[in-house]
Amino acid sequence: MSGHKNSEFVAPLKTAKGHGSAHEGAEHWLQQKITALAQIPLVLWLIYSIIGLQGASYAEFTAWMGQPVNAILMIILISSVMLHAKLGAQVVVEDYISCGCLKMAKLIGMKIFFYGMAVACIFSVLKIAFIAGI
Amino acid sequence: MSEAKIQRPLSPHLQVYKLPLTALMSISHRITGVGLITGTLLVTAFLVAAASGESQYDYVMGLATSLPGKIVLFLWSAGLYFHMCNGVRHMFWDIGKNFKKTDANRSNYYVLIGAFTLTVLTWVTVCGRLAG
Repeated sequence: MSGHKNSEFVAPLKTAKGHGSAHEGAEHWLQQKITALAQIPLVLWLIYSIIGLQGASYAEFTAWMGQPVNAILMIILISSVMLHAKLGAQVVVEDYISCGCLKMAKLIGMKIFFYGMAVACIFSVLKIAFIAGI
Repeated sequence: MSEAKIQRPLSPHLQVYKLPLTALMSISHRITGVGLITGTLLVTAFLVAAASGESQYDYVMGLATSLPGKIVLFLWSAGLYFHMCNGVRHMFWDIGKNFKKTDANRSNYYVLIGAFTLTVLTWVTVCGRLAG
């Protein structure tokens, strides 16, 4: 190992961290799994809620969102879903797009896209929740 | 460089093999994942519309409860349940459980039955509420 030229350029800290050529540890995988696990009960709750809300009037819908527990769970779910989607889409892009510069552009674009959607959703939930019943 | 690339003979690739069910499930997990991203776009559109006002809300609720809207919601729920059940299987794999070929072949059916059951249960509940 020490005879290899490349290893001379690698700081001992990098070897100690054991991150290798991926430049990061298990963070991507772990985030994907934690968000996935969190989403199982949250998505089932949302589907159950949507079934109850089908064809609901504006007043009924805003009243539902005005309940703190619903708005809070929605925001947690949205945050988790957007991160999960971003991580998943990142892997798809990494797997299928081989052109380096295009890949970087897509990865950056994707981040902006998913964070943008998260902001749009969270703002909307908060607005609906805060004006409900006024 | 590119000329040499064109003349090079190609070895048989995916299209000449019959994919086993595990492989089809694997690619379906990715396809449903990308499909569900489209779903998050619809959620965003719905929430932004609802936050914009009553007429915008009525418009998107009208779309969602129309027949094409219901078809989209049905496919969405089926894709979601498949992705969820297969995701649970991935978690078992991640902790090193059910990794043998026979186990993987068997759990294919657990995932499919689970996704099917949840989808049917959801839509029976939807229809039940509509009828009641």
